[in-house]
Amino acid sequence: MAKAQPARPLSTPAVSARLLWTAIAVTALLLLITYLVAFDQGAVSRSGMYLHELMHDGRHLLGVPCH
Amino acid sequence: MSLTGPKTTPGYGALLLRGLLAGLVAGLLAGCFAYAFGEPHVDAAIAIEEATTHADPTAAGHHDEELVSRDGQKGGLFLATALYGAAMGGLLATAYTLLRRRLRTPSDTRAALSLAGAALLGIVLVPYAKYPPNPPAVGNPATIDQRTISYLAILVIGLVAVWASVVAARTQHAEWRQATAAVTGFLVVVVVGYVLLPTVDEVPDTFPAGLLWNFRIASLGTQVLLWTALGLTFAALLTARRRTQAPEPRAGTVTNA
Repeated sequence: MAKAQPARPLSTPAVSARLLWTAIAVTALLLLITYLVAFDQGAVSRSGMYLHELMHDGRHLLGVPCH
Repeated sequence: MSLTGPKTTPGYGALLLRGLLAGLVAGLLAGCFAYAFGEPHVDAAIAIEEATTHADPTAAGHHDEELVSRDGQKGGLFLATALYGAAMGGLLATAYTLLRRRLRTPSDTRAALSLAGAALLGIVLVPYAKYPPNPPAVGNPATIDQRTISYLAILVIGLVAVWASVVAARTQHAEWRQATAAVTGFLVVVVVGYVLLPTVDEVPDTFPAGLLWNFRIASLGTQVLLWTALGLTFAALLTARRRTQAPEPRAGTVTNA
């Protein structure tokens, strides 16, 4: 038997490990985008202050502390 | 008839796509609202900021180098709200995927709306009451790091408070006791957070109170609109998805109108 699958226990978690890791990776990416909008000052975007200034009004009106 | 039957639980990819789409729609709507009702106050505040900077050249302004024009920033508003909305939509879909079974409701719409409502409460309303948003010309650039850390802390506290309220409610059986426990659990966490975190009040004495009020209401409206639209759109997409998918028992059947 090449692949002996263990019998699934009755209390199988609804969230598989693979799904969990995918979700964690996606969450990290989405938080990075949020960081880019809300807090970045050029360190991540590598655009100097350009993106920071471009999204200046959005930051204020979304309620993020700005300056 | 296939033995597997119709697929009832959509996969993470399908949910994520719908979350991102709902977030994009909600973000653009919020951008329109902010453009119409928020931008006039931002303009007025920038006029005050520039007047004070010109009066006192030592007070280094934030807009001195004009990297992006005011019109550019007003366009950038839509980029900011669209990106933010899409990111929040993706996070909502992720939370929905991971928590759907724990929400203990047979209704997908209720599950989606309660998650969006929890997010609105935890990461918008709780932070708003402690650290209300400020227009340009308010805020000391020297304290921005401290204020950013405090803001992130209150976001976490808001989410913990929502979680505590659900956990507390589930320890009780009678409905009125569940509601009381939910409110108590929420308030305990929020009050402790509000007391422990530093107070910030950097509004200059000369800043017009009416303008500050109007800006803060516009900012609140932007976020409330974003999360309301996100929750409703995501719920709608979940339902639309099932309507197109569920009544398709494989092949050869008449499509119902």
